[in-house]
Amino acid sequence: MQTTLESPPAWKVYLSRWGWGLGTALVLLVLVLWNYAQNPTSTEAVLASTVRQSTPLVLGALCGLWGERAAVINIGIEGQMLLAAFIGFLVNVWTGNLFLAVVAGVLTGAVLGALLAFMSVTLKIDQIIGGTVINILALGLTGYFYQQGLTTHGKLQAIPLGALAKIPLIGPVFFDNPPITYLTILLVFFSHYLLFYTRWGLRTRAVGEHPRAADTLGVDVYLMRYANVIFGGAIAGLAGAFLTLEAVGSFERAMTNGRGFVALAVMIFGKWTPLGSWGAALLFGFATAMQTQLQFAGLNIPHQFIGMLPYLLTIIVLAGFVGRARPPAADGVPYEKE
Amino acid sequence: MSETLALEVRNITKRFPGVLANDRVNFTLHKGEIHSLLGENGAGKSTLMNIIYGLYSPDEGEFFIDGQRVEIKNPHDAITRGIGMVHQHFMLVPVFTVAENIILGSEVTRGFTLDMTRARKEIRALSQEYGLEVDPDAVVEDLPVGIQQRVEIVKALYRQAKILVLDEPTAVLTPQEAEDLFRIMRHLTERGVSIIFISHKLKEVLEISDRITVMRRGKVVGTTTPAETDESGLAAMMVGRQVVLQVEKGPAHPAEPVFAVRDLRVLDERKLEAVRGVSFQVHAGEILGIAGVQGNGQTELAEAITGLRRVEGGAITVDGAPVPDRDPRFLFERGMGHIPEDRQKHGLVLPYPVADNLALVAYYKPPFADGIQRNDAAIMENAVRLIDEYDIRTPGPLVPAGNLSGGNQQKVIVARELSRHPRFLLANQPTRGLDVGSIEYIHKQMVAARDNGAAVLLISAELDEVMSLADRIAVIFHGQIVAVVKPGEVTKEQLGLMMAGTPAEEVL
Repeated sequence: MQTTLESPPAWKVYLSRWGWGLGTALVLLVLVLWNYAQNPTSTEAVLASTVRQSTPLVLGALCGLWGERAAVINIGIEGQMLLAAFIGFLVNVWTGNLFLAVVAGVLTGAVLGALLAFMSVTLKIDQIIGGTVINILALGLTGYFYQQGLTTHGKLQAIPLGALAKIPLIGPVFFDNPPITYLTILLVFFSHYLLFYTRWGLRTRAVGEHPRAADTLGVDVYLMRYANVIFGGAIAGLAGAFLTLEAVGSFERAMTNGRGFVALAVMIFGKWTPLGSWGAALLFGFATAMQTQLQFAGLNIPHQFIGMLPYLLTIIVLAGFVGRARPPAADGVPYEKE
Repeated sequence: MSETLALEVRNITKRFPGVLANDRVNFTLHKGEIHSLLGENGAGKSTLMNIIYGLYSPDEGEFFIDGQRVEIKNPHDAITRGIGMVHQHFMLVPVFTVAENIILGSEVTRGFTLDMTRARKEIRALSQEYGLEVDPDAVVEDLPVGIQQRVEIVKALYRQAKILVLDEPTAVLTPQEAEDLFRIMRHLTERGVSIIFISHKLKEVLEISDRITVMRRGKVVGTTTPAETDESGLAAMMVGRQVVLQVEKGPAHPAEPVFAVRDLRVLDERKLEAVRGVSFQVHAGEILGIAGVQGNGQTELAEAITGLRRVEGGAITVDGAPVPDRDPRFLFERGMGHIPEDRQKHGLVLPYPVADNLALVAYYKPPFADGIQRNDAAIMENAVRLIDEYDIRTPGPLVPAGNLSGGNQQKVIVARELSRHPRFLLANQPTRGLDVGSIEYIHKQMVAARDNGAAVLLISAELDEVMSLADRIAVIFHGQIVAVVKPGEVTKEQLGLMMAGTPAEEVL
């Protein structure tokens, strides 16, 4: 016989959900502080690199998250990033304007998002195939139109935030970054707010969990899915723009290098939440930053092995090692109106 | 009179490919009344309600609300006109809180932020006004179905519903929860809410309704009141002929014991002991009924017997020989027939054709198998014969089983299992959710199986079913058999008390 269940106190729920991540973060924090005491400059360098490396990952994860929260799986993040990186790059080469180039990248991502939404929401194609179409499309287009030897007119430069940038350790890591990196951190918090505290977020989550229920309450399921996938695409576009216009300053073939897929692992690791994804992206970024650091440290390990670190982490995460996370219930299922 | 009408629909017609689901249906709902809509599966009740709620658009017909002609094109229109619907399968997001579910689609905000404080307050106020206790912060998936249903009702009231459609609300409820629901329904009508109650349980309909409208094959057959009719009258209207509500059966002639369990112990999903030392024997030529409220170990018992769940202790024997643990095919090979609790999950492969479903238990043996190949001719021949013999209403043997109505899906299972002339039949909730016509048919078939010498184990939560069908009744409570009685020696009230946990010594 079931009676009304007492729900456990909020902090207990929170701890059981996030305890693993919080514990890891705490251990890392102690390690970082200890390391900082030993060697301030290299610690700051590694951490700054961590934030930079994590930027495309967290953006990719946010893209995946907005799609999947509305029940559209997006494995085309890689392609969205790549084509956006390319278009952003070209626009900059032609116009010499960095701002226009970023906008072009974002729009490219959004257009590809609309394509994915059209395939998976309207045509109800298998979403994995839809995403693969985008990946192949992006790889083909960028490969075909790529010309060697082009470079951008400058890169987005770091903007130190006055006194904040002077705080030891934290300053150089968080408050002395180029614009897309700042924007990314803002987007994380904005996404968290949007998803959990607004009408838009509530409806998005409802559409991802039980679209029929949302439909019977007058929520337009198709509209919500389109809008979220396009929004996600725009975020992936920003990640692409980051790669060419903020990080590298030129375009190379297949330069996304699997980041779109690692981003999906980041999203899952972050349990489909923006803050969780940010934490996970930082961990992955840290693994990448350490990889560079270790190569310089002259350890007697072949650099290929060290280079595997982030991908190894991806496999561990995806193999469900970090505990069961529950995806949105309707994830990947096209909605059929009666 | 029109000023007292909350809702009137005129000449609603709805065609689906090949079916006339609603044929010029007229229906009126007075303010503050409970108007039941009764009919067999597929009679068009749900179609009519989905039209009223804007989920389907009718091919013809008009709506009037409070005497005004209105258009209802989608659920949003229905909601703004004060129509609320509690669907048979709840439309709740399981991972959302009660409050989130209730406000979804009609959110209150402060700026861009959801105003959950206000939402909670409004929900509490509604709960109090209508006597519907719900905790706004509870997560829906943690709640029992009865409470989830309450959330659905509050959800409709939150949208200021004045007309409430309840689509088979008692199908998922225990008898106690159903009583609770009826109390709430009466309370709601006192406050001016009008209710359309859909059901095919005749007793309930007679108990709760002010008026009753019966539908058959897409048409309204007639409207009556509980005072003017009784169960057999309603059943006749529904089915179009006299229905025998009382099962006709002669005395049992039990012979040798066929099937026995001794001191059986089984765990449930949460690793708690759900079956706690159950022993019984079923003899050839008798029906042993296991009566109990849902969730007292019946599901686990049935799964253990059929080899789907591990046996923790005790023994299951057939003809005196032990049944190996978790070997579902063992008993089938020795002549068991099984009508599972959930026909859609465990009884049928819904996307498969009816013909394949009818061959499902013996597909690997001749005549259905020819070496490693299927023998399609034999499968078809078997299907054609059983469809005819068991009166399965399907457009053809190659139609997916999922396209059939619930009653006909169940008939597919009954045909498959009984056509093998089982020595032992396990029937778990064999008539759940079915209309009187199908129930009558399935009961007849089970009695026929008994008279042919089968040992029948019937598990049911329906008191009427156990009382009329079983030759002996074992009452199960909290995983234990608390009494074994003969149906003629107890009243329904006594049985109900024992099912609810009152010790047998106090009752008998």
